[in-house]
Amino acid sequence: MSVASADRTSEPNHAKRVLVVWAVASVIATPLVAIFVGPLFPPGNGTEQSREQGLSNTWMVSVLTPVACLLLVFFVYALTQFRHDGGAIIDGPPLRNENRIQVVWVAASAVIVLFFAGFGTYELLQNGSGGGQGPSPIAVPGGHKLQVQVIGQQWTFTYRYPSYGGLETPQLVVPADTLIELHVTSLDVIHSFWAYELGVKADANPGVDNIAFVKTKGPRSFHIHCAELCGLWHGYMFETGRVVPQAQFASWIAQQQQTFAPVAKYLPAYATTYSPDPQRRAG
Amino acid sequence: MSAAAVTVRPPLWRRLVGFNLLTACVLGVGGWYVGWFAAHGVAGKSIAYFSSIDYNEVSIILAYICGVLGFLIGLGFFNYPLARLRGYPPSLRAKENEGVGRYFGLCTDHKVVGIQYLVGIGFFLFIGGLNAMLIRTELLRPNHQVFPAGTYLTIVGLHGTMMMGMMTSGILGPFGNYFVPILIGARRMAFPRIEALTFWLLMAGGVILETAIFFGGFPTGWTGYAPLNVQSYPGMDCYIIFFALVGISMTLLGLNMIATIVTMRAPGLTWTRLPIFVWGVLTTSALMVLAAPVLIATLGMALLDRAAQTTFFIPSGGGSSYLYQNLFWVFGHPEVYVLALPGFAIVLEILPVFARKPLWGYRLAVAGLLGVSLLSFFVWQHHLFVSGINGDVRPFYMLSTELISIPTGFTFICGMMTLWRGRIRYSVPMLFCLAWFFNFLVGGLSGVFLSDVPSDVTTHGSFFSMAHFHYTIMGGPVFTFFAAIYYWVPKMTGVQLNERLGKIHFWTMFIAFNSTFFPLFIAGFLGQPRRVVTYPLNLQFINDWVSASAFVLGASMLLFLYNFVRSLVFDRVPAPVNPWHSKSIEWQLPSPIPVHNFDRIPVFSGDPYGYGETTGPVAVPAGAPAGSD
Repeated sequence: MSVASADRTSEPNHAKRVLVVWAVASVIATPLVAIFVGPLFPPGNGTEQSREQGLSNTWMVSVLTPVACLLLVFFVYALTQFRHDGGAIIDGPPLRNENRIQVVWVAASAVIVLFFAGFGTYELLQNGSGGGQGPSPIAVPGGHKLQVQVIGQQWTFTYRYPSYGGLETPQLVVPADTLIELHVTSLDVIHSFWAYELGVKADANPGVDNIAFVKTKGPRSFHIHCAELCGLWHGYMFETGRVVPQAQFASWIAQQQQTFAPVAKYLPAYATTYSPDPQRRAG
Repeated sequence: MSAAAVTVRPPLWRRLVGFNLLTACVLGVGGWYVGWFAAHGVAGKSIAYFSSIDYNEVSIILAYICGVLGFLIGLGFFNYPLARLRGYPPSLRAKENEGVGRYFGLCTDHKVVGIQYLVGIGFFLFIGGLNAMLIRTELLRPNHQVFPAGTYLTIVGLHGTMMMGMMTSGILGPFGNYFVPILIGARRMAFPRIEALTFWLLMAGGVILETAIFFGGFPTGWTGYAPLNVQSYPGMDCYIIFFALVGISMTLLGLNMIATIVTMRAPGLTWTRLPIFVWGVLTTSALMVLAAPVLIATLGMALLDRAAQTTFFIPSGGGSSYLYQNLFWVFGHPEVYVLALPGFAIVLEILPVFARKPLWGYRLAVAGLLGVSLLSFFVWQHHLFVSGINGDVRPFYMLSTELISIPTGFTFICGMMTLWRGRIRYSVPMLFCLAWFFNFLVGGLSGVFLSDVPSDVTTHGSFFSMAHFHYTIMGGPVFTFFAAIYYWVPKMTGVQLNERLGKIHFWTMFIAFNSTFFPLFIAGFLGQPRRVVTYPLNLQFINDWVSASAFVLGASMLLFLYNFVRSLVFDRVPAPVNPWHSKSIEWQLPSPIPVHNFDRIPVFSGDPYGYGETTGPVAVPAGAPAGSD
């Protein structure tokens, strides 16, 4: 076996080259990504929560850009500089370890990881980030809240407004500039209430009151999907909701109460969870 | 085979009678009907708690259990225990059958089991891939068109379940069984009959899963969440029995590997000289042994919920749907590392050979494997960030999930520093290993978004997470699966695989893979949920692009199949004994490797990565290596 290649005295300083290219690439790419790609991240600026999720995404992609740059620069450099096409099999230098590199690598990855965990926790505790937090939420934004219950069943969502006599409607309409407290539950299997532009996702579990908060901004419409496989027509379990001005919301409620007045007496009393007769489920 | 041996060969029909695959299939189908009628006699009509559908769950479950037992009887798995009961001494067969027939029955030669695994798993991988093609066909248009909604969900479920179940043994099955005993200088696995059992259980399971289509399919995807699984058609029972068989197979495979590696290493093979692939197998086996029993128990409970009116997972009966989610992911998250870890190990095993340098940071690499396997038991609730379960421990799971990227990074730095200043040769196995770095980088970085709760609220359950796990468990394990095939099949068969076709296969697969799954990150960010038969009109371009790429990806698999069949059946160019100039012990043996591997047990003098150092091969098997007996 040939070991002649081990002493290449005229070897350029590969490490320095990679680090310089990486530094230049990162310095150029990171601001570009943060400024131009960041704002493209979903789910837009429709609510406090969705703005915050977008911010999280922007931060993460900005921190990860130098990481990706390092690996890409390294691989492009290594795979082009160290390729060996000749017929003879020549061994490289037997480098088995270098503690300094290990320590730097482990320390750097630990710092990034701890930053993400800390940042994510901070963001989460601000206002719950629009995610379902279960029956006893830890991140509760202060202020007046409008309660809206989301009931998942195969294969539709219905909505109840406990502050308006437990009115139940098949459409979700919420007032603008209001803190909404969503209580998500299910009558049969697991669904997931996903209001994309609102930045809300909360699983609807039978027998569970899953609470999520969202602070709406201006009027808009938003898409609602079921995000947990719930059986045959899961793919069709989508609809459009609306954020409307406060005054319009009041008139909408009044109109809905009138529309559903004939069936209101058949509704069960408002509760955080419902327990329907298992023999009478859909499907 | 001498002429004399040919003259005493019995006629074909006589050779087909006996304990083999044919008998097993006959007894399997027979056993199915025995169970079916027996349970109908006992249980009468449907006793399913929830379902108004007139099916008798008990008879279907019992039919499958009896079918599996009949299949195992037909293969001869009960011969040895019965012989022991009748007082025969414990022994392995003195000499394995040499003919092709040994591939179609119970064989205790670990090399035969390895090849059985390769073909069997490859077959079901292909079936699972076909399902993916059907999914992408359906998603060519935003409205549903090709399949009814229920059929579509069944196809999605069959694809996911087949891949997640069958591919758990995708690398440990073929290459673990074949090469672990050789790499540690042993002649066999610790429990050769159990080794064969793990394979045949998996094959029985694969067929059972596919029969779900005769029983209405199942609408739950691979996760099988309760209570949806309780109200589903009897196809759900096929899912449950398949996954339970996979769980049993995984547990046994893991135990067997651990026992083999711990107790059967040759002299001189200390823990720090163990090839990194063997470390990968060891850590994966530990995950299998600890995680798979949870799955078996969970599915047992689901089975009782369906058939015996228990309500473990049914809230209106006092159970909890969270319980199923929790138990499933306690198994499920280690399971994805069962898929991924052998890939890490294969990359680190193959890189030194083609970079012509020792594996850099051996101890760090081992620490990475151990760290990932340990942490993988503490992250499962990141699948449940928005489920409302334990809302207050989400910061912990966010931290533990992000911590797991540190030991994963060990694999990266060890691989990268192994390449550093090497003399890199781009053979096909090396290309697949290098692709692993790119794919796993994309998969890992996208995983950071999913591990962060605020970001996960958007991406959870969308095509973003689907793209993420395809990057990690297809871009990782499946690419390394092919790396291992191109690397080791010349040793397993003694025949070369066509290098040029291999390179065409690699580039088609790599480009098509990225072209398929990268746009799905965007589709997910734009709000397309997973497992839906319809999607918004504005996403049609992305979906059509993805479908077209997926078909090319499928075609690249056909290209591989063409290369494999052509090289092994038609061209049959004999492979050199050591085509890659590796210093590892398997390449010092003749190809194909003789039945008992070593005439004398080798003595190891170092690890197999001494490239550029003056040491020779890692160990020279003592005695003459020639001849098969």
